[in-house]
Amino acid sequence: MSTHVIPHHFDNAEQAYQSSKLGFWLFLVSEILLFGGLFVAYIVFRSLYPDMFHEASGELNRIMGGFNTIVLICSSFTMAMGVNRVQHNDPKKAVMFLAITIAFAAIFMVIKYFEYSHKIHLGLLPAGFYHYDGITHPRAPLFFSLYFVMTGLHGVHVLVGMGLITWVLLRVKRGDFSNQYYTPVELVGLYWHLVDLIWIYLFPLMYLIG
Amino acid sequence: MAHAEHAHANYLEAKKGIWSWLVTLDHKRIGVMYLWTTLFFFVVGGLFSLGVRLELLKPGPLFQPDTYNKMFTMHGAIMVFLFIIPIIPAALGNFFLPIMIGAKDVAFPRLNLLSYYIFLVGSSLAVGALIAGGVDTGWTFYTPYSIRSASHVILITLGVFINGFSGILTGLNFMVTLHKLKAPGMTFFNMPLFLWSIYATAIIQVLATPVVGITTFLLILERVLKIGIFDPALGGDPILFQHFFWFYSHPAVYIMILPGMGIISEVVTVFSRKHIFGYKAVAYSSLAIAFISFLVWGHHMFVSGQSPLSNFLFSWLTMFVAVPTAIKVYNWTATLYRGSIVLATPMLYALSFLFMFTIGGVTGLFLAALSVDVHLHDTYFVVAHFHYTMMGGTVMGLLAGIHYWWPKMFGRMYPELWGKISCAFIFVGFNVTFLSQFILGKLGMPRRYHDYFPEYAGWNMVSSIGSLFIGIGFLIMFIYLFWSLKRGAKAPANPWDGKTLEWQISSPPIEHNFTKVPAIPASPYEYGVKG
Repeated sequence: MSTHVIPHHFDNAEQAYQSSKLGFWLFLVSEILLFGGLFVAYIVFRSLYPDMFHEASGELNRIMGGFNTIVLICSSFTMAMGVNRVQHNDPKKAVMFLAITIAFAAIFMVIKYFEYSHKIHLGLLPAGFYHYDGITHPRAPLFFSLYFVMTGLHGVHVLVGMGLITWVLLRVKRGDFSNQYYTPVELVGLYWHLVDLIWIYLFPLMYLIG
Repeated sequence: MAHAEHAHANYLEAKKGIWSWLVTLDHKRIGVMYLWTTLFFFVVGGLFSLGVRLELLKPGPLFQPDTYNKMFTMHGAIMVFLFIIPIIPAALGNFFLPIMIGAKDVAFPRLNLLSYYIFLVGSSLAVGALIAGGVDTGWTFYTPYSIRSASHVILITLGVFINGFSGILTGLNFMVTLHKLKAPGMTFFNMPLFLWSIYATAIIQVLATPVVGITTFLLILERVLKIGIFDPALGGDPILFQHFFWFYSHPAVYIMILPGMGIISEVVTVFSRKHIFGYKAVAYSSLAIAFISFLVWGHHMFVSGQSPLSNFLFSWLTMFVAVPTAIKVYNWTATLYRGSIVLATPMLYALSFLFMFTIGGVTGLFLAALSVDVHLHDTYFVVAHFHYTMMGGTVMGLLAGIHYWWPKMFGRMYPELWGKISCAFIFVGFNVTFLSQFILGKLGMPRRYHDYFPEYAGWNMVSSIGSLFIGIGFLIMFIYLFWSLKRGAKAPANPWDGKTLEWQISSPPIEHNFTKVPAIPASPYEYGVKG
């Protein structure tokens, strides 16, 4: 079982745990502000060109986007279960749930890959490279700039999340955690829920306004 | 017992060798590394400013216009992003924050070291941009020019982007440390006021820095992937860039000034031998400044085509910043009243701060007023204003802090007489340089121009001569500070009769700061004389 050593500058395990949690929440706030800039850009351009957003959004594949939304929500559930199992000294089940979470994330990325390649194939690219003549509105390229930047940055977060979940999975396997110490698993869980939450906003704003 | 002896060696000598510095988790050593790194950038940025003043010494070109554009850009970008934003929190804050609350270290020492290396990587990219030939956009990187400029915009903005994470992680680390690691008996209301200002700064670092992160990220994508969001040729909005940029960069000026104000609160109190006047007012005003700082960014865009309503609101909100700022200045002045004032170098800098920052603050109100700003916008008046706040404010606070804490950090006294001489050079030089720029601005001389009409020649000559005095002042300072590292008189534990915790431990401190859990007084400024 684990013998986690509390860093010397903390008085006890509870103080260390509370500190890590507070620090991580502050980090998540900064993540939200990072995406916040992009959401503001979205609002500005949508209010400038509402018709264009309406038209361009129709080019996105709602079935794929919708399926991906379900995949991510399920992955948030399995992540929560993984954390829960670690907290209950059940590393075997925890590893299973974490592995399923990684699998869901992979499915998300594979679907995203097919969506992206289809768009690239059609020429629905960021503004400077855009060459598609199925949309009449001259500002449509901007929609796809936002689409690629926002979902792209989100996709990077999914990839980072997959790495982080793999890391805690290996540590669970090694027996680093117990009901006394599970901070990294819980924090990676929080990160993953945020990644999920950002998608839950991205999906309707991008796909469902057509 | 070998272990016990080792634990009581001072932090500079506890471990030996360059490697022990590079992998150190000690907040004091990390603070010292930040100090030298950021001071190095200060020298680089300072040399560029002397280049700018040399060009403007007389009408008629000396350097190529392109070279001049790069000099003022590199001066601004290096001073802002590599020196003045990080130095006080990351160097002095890192060193003293844990000690002042009776802690052994910051909450996340490894993250702290990582922040330093992130800063080093980001800064190296900026230096890379410099070596590769510089950037000519101005430190604000305004679009659409920054999209088209042939200079190294990507390198430097990538550097700013990466440095941002360093700031976020430092701010986050400090906030958690202040919430969770205070020694028993230490509360928010008996901790030194420097820490309130560091806390307020950390809030801005965590909340505003991600926005400049995404802004520079979009600018890089703009150049690489032609996303067009800020590019009018592709349907984008260049003013949106200005909104994004100032949403960070205006709060960022409070990242710069708040820690300086915190140092002034310490120094004015200690060198008046008197309790600070209005502790809570000074503490809360730091938070108020942090809060209001998020609501005023539009005052940079009064002439950019913002709606009249926005202009009106931003002008109105900007005036509010003056309230908590003035509260601080009044409280410091009231602290001086009937104090037993000791005019050592740190106090001279603190008094310089009060004098010059007040000028900077009041001229800020001129610029907040819409009609006046339309007249003064993008003139030397603005340049003079922000140099009075940033150099007359933050740098004076920094120099007060460096001299105040130098004995604690390095265990040596700086030479007092030379300290005063260099302070005199800097004070006189600064005012000569920048008072004349207020006049130039009022006469209508635009900023960032390579050349000017002959009628501006006199004041420009005065300004350039003043800058030379500043340079001499800093040269003297760097010489005696380096000299004192080896040859200065050994510093006692408490040379200034300070009451805060850092003065109750040895100079320099031992590796884990305290030998036992420190006793926390009811107030950090117990001089037996009421505030």
